[in-house]
Amino acid sequence: MSTEAPTLTKKDFQTDQEVRWCPGCGDYAILSAVQQVFPELGIPREQFVVVSGIGCSSRFPYYMNTFGFHSIHGRAPAVATGLKIARPDLEVWIATGDGDAMSIGGNHLIHVLRRNVGVKILMFNNRIYGLTKGQYSPTSELGKKTKSTPTGSVDYPFNPLALAIGAGATFIARSVDIYQQHLKETLRRAARHKGTAFIEIYQNCNIFNDKAFAYMTEKEHRDDGTLYLEHGKPMVFGKSHDKGIRMKGTEMEVIELGSGLSADDCLIWDETLDNPATAFLVSQLLPPRFPTPIGVIRSVDAEPYESLVSHQIEAEIERKGAGKLDELIRSGDIWTVHENHTVTN
Amino acid sequence: MSTTVAEQEGKSLKIVSENLDEVVIRFAGDSGDGMQITGNQFSNTSALFGNDLSTLPDFPAEIRAPQGTLPGVSAFQVRIADYDIHTPGDAPDVLVAMNPAALKKELEDLKPNGVIIANTDEFNARNLARAGYAQNPLEDGSLAKYRVFKVDLGTMTRRTLEGSGLDNKSQERCKNFFALGMVYWLFSRPLEPTVNWLNRNFAKKPQLADANIKVMKAGWNFCDITGLFQVRYEVHPAEMEPGVYRNIHGNSALAMGLIAASRRSGLPLFLGAYPITPASDVLHELAGYKNFGVVTFQAEDEIAAMCGVIGAAFGGALAVTTTSGPGIALKSEAMNLAIMVELPMVICDIQRGGPSTGLPTKTEQSDLLQVMFGRNGDSPLPVVAAASPKDCFDAALEACRIALKHMVPVVLLSDGYIANGSEPWKLPEVANLPDLRREFRSDPEGFHPYLRDPETLARPWAIPGTPGLEHRIGGLEKEDITGNVSYDAHNHEHMVRLRADKVERIAQDIPELVVHGDPQGSVLVLGWGSTAGAITGAVNHARRQGLSVSRAHLRHLNPFPRNLGDVLARFDRVLVPEMNLGQLALLLRARYLKDIITFSKVEGRPFTRQQIFERICQILESQNVN
Repeated sequence: MSTEAPTLTKKDFQTDQEVRWCPGCGDYAILSAVQQVFPELGIPREQFVVVSGIGCSSRFPYYMNTFGFHSIHGRAPAVATGLKIARPDLEVWIATGDGDAMSIGGNHLIHVLRRNVGVKILMFNNRIYGLTKGQYSPTSELGKKTKSTPTGSVDYPFNPLALAIGAGATFIARSVDIYQQHLKETLRRAARHKGTAFIEIYQNCNIFNDKAFAYMTEKEHRDDGTLYLEHGKPMVFGKSHDKGIRMKGTEMEVIELGSGLSADDCLIWDETLDNPATAFLVSQLLPPRFPTPIGVIRSVDAEPYESLVSHQIEAEIERKGAGKLDELIRSGDIWTVHENHTVTN
Repeated sequence: MSTTVAEQEGKSLKIVSENLDEVVIRFAGDSGDGMQITGNQFSNTSALFGNDLSTLPDFPAEIRAPQGTLPGVSAFQVRIADYDIHTPGDAPDVLVAMNPAALKKELEDLKPNGVIIANTDEFNARNLARAGYAQNPLEDGSLAKYRVFKVDLGTMTRRTLEGSGLDNKSQERCKNFFALGMVYWLFSRPLEPTVNWLNRNFAKKPQLADANIKVMKAGWNFCDITGLFQVRYEVHPAEMEPGVYRNIHGNSALAMGLIAASRRSGLPLFLGAYPITPASDVLHELAGYKNFGVVTFQAEDEIAAMCGVIGAAFGGALAVTTTSGPGIALKSEAMNLAIMVELPMVICDIQRGGPSTGLPTKTEQSDLLQVMFGRNGDSPLPVVAAASPKDCFDAALEACRIALKHMVPVVLLSDGYIANGSEPWKLPEVANLPDLRREFRSDPEGFHPYLRDPETLARPWAIPGTPGLEHRIGGLEKEDITGNVSYDAHNHEHMVRLRADKVERIAQDIPELVVHGDPQGSVLVLGWGSTAGAITGAVNHARRQGLSVSRAHLRHLNPFPRNLGDVLARFDRVLVPEMNLGQLALLLRARYLKDIITFSKVEGRPFTRQQIFERICQILESQNVN
């Protein structure tokens, strides 16, 4: 008799709850990709927990037929950290947005990243506040006109990839809602990573910030506007692979291939470098001078936090023996008062 | 009174030995002078000797406040007795003053004819000026109503350690042990417990252990040889209930109570905390108990600590956070999430002086209304308070019991006074501790995340990893039973009432309030938290004098014991002493429409027995006049 877990399908991860994102929202594509990837992972459904904060993206758990926790604004990484430490056996995923993760929850985000807690963070970046109906976010571009910035935002935006690198994240990637195959492959890579996996997902909010990523996702811009990072391959892009990236001093530059320059002249992408300097340079490749890099920009090994916590406990039990409550209470200086009220130590 | 003759160096000294039933000693010095260690050593030695005791540490928030100044004074008061006591004492009989600032700050409390042991080495022009003395009080006759003993502690310590190889700074740091040796002599205490402690504590630096032991013995011998005091005192062991005892601080008892709850529930203990005075010692202590399977998560902030606890509770741990008032303010949003998702956890608030940063190292009971109401929406949660250092153990077990049985976050209130204070603790038998085991839901048949136990209204604890129980929880309003998000008007009112009813029903699961003294009469003194000792002492004292006064103490502040209204109705007057401006009184008046006499003290230090006794007398007198 087979003891294999039943094969799961996308349907097994869909709930009976009506999905309440706006029609045309990029979140649908992300939900679909996650529901397709989860059954491939060979993990029983009850082992998954999806934790979120507040915002459009944070409604995600309601639509995933797993254990789910829709927590409070910005705090998903903290809830998930407690859960993962208490239950290292669980697969804990976080759904969050640019406001939830980078603004109100910025502190928890950097600390979950530096601790390398074994959770996967999907940060939907639409560069706008959607659920509060259209204010600028910490990733909105300078000068952006929104309901709360009628004369244009004077906030310099965060670069989420650079922030994650600075916080010491061990797995950092970027993908795009409508690049379904790429997104699914990125999710698979994140699922395999031990430690924190941080994925920035460009997500179109067609109501409050439509076409925010059109500069790279529209058909006519896609080839020249997107740089697919592939480990061990030269950093080449363009419709006919006619452009590339190479180092010039301490910076990166775009080169035209063909006129004496070939893919051999381009930088070979290495996502496993311990020194995050190159990943940081990649995070700074911004339009219009550069194509937008997507894919894994950093993947290094480090023991996850929850595993360090468990190992310390095991080591202490090994060293001191499993704690006995009675001995603990009686530790230190004790004395005995006898029936005749005499006292002995 | 008996006399003994000490013969030393050929001279005969007549030393009178006198029995005391109790004595209060205060050690005071600069915050770097080791006064807390000195006081703790005296307390532990006295505990091992069999005295009943109670301690009151009082130290500045600054780690090393400017040397020699009034704000830098660190003090430790201990009361030892040959009978059952409840407080660290009102006024000291003995004051050890390591410098002029310590004398100036602590003198006002000293009893007339009390003993002052002053370290003359520090009474120089610079230190006198820093303490604000125009002249040297040791020489200007201003201390005439006390018995002053001037000792050059620093000089004698250095002489004792000549040739020891220790540098000057290390030698200087031993001088508190000279003072301790003197006080040990004065109160006829054995030196062995402190010798043993020094050898244990400095096992890796035996040179320091030897130096401190040598200095302590020198202090003892100095008194023995010089006959400085001419009288020495004895405080006999108290007639304590038979059993095995240890001396315990409130925060230690709290840590042990949480471990006991973990063992008795069979659940791993998860502590999520952010360092804050005066709660950090619970974190420190539990971090040392990893071999009990305890996880201590020092979070990036108070909010993350609370959220981590919620995550751990969802995962099936016995989840606890420790903090103080400012931390509660930060945690309140997450505490409300915990109320909404109905998961069991304990939030320990070791209260300190407020508002804002307030008085971090001083005590107060001013977070009661904050923990009762400091959240949006109608969001009641159970509140339990510890009454004394040793009671922190039982209070922790009780908070965990309620949380686990009723699936609810519970607040446990302690405060700086009992957290840092200590008293002898009769050790419980582990087998007699309450059974806190609770089952996780495992059966998918008929499962709904908000289907309730008909008696307690507790919802099932369905932890991730259980096949067939996949469900979603969160802060949005829940549909009754299914737990799905619901904005339905009637459902919302139903759920708000359900959550309140669930907490109110806990009243059926806690003991009735016990009245000590007459079950009815003219005055009831009702207390909560750390006022228990002073109230007990004052009421016992009043009753011995034939006054008609009773007392009762609230362990549970939400819900109240089910007979509280009846108890209040049976007394003409109800006096509530509180270290705040009347927070419990406000709740009592609102709930029972009973007039309450508030007795407030917000000085950052606990009530004395005398203060409460005098207030009782005033009330009785005004009644007689009426």
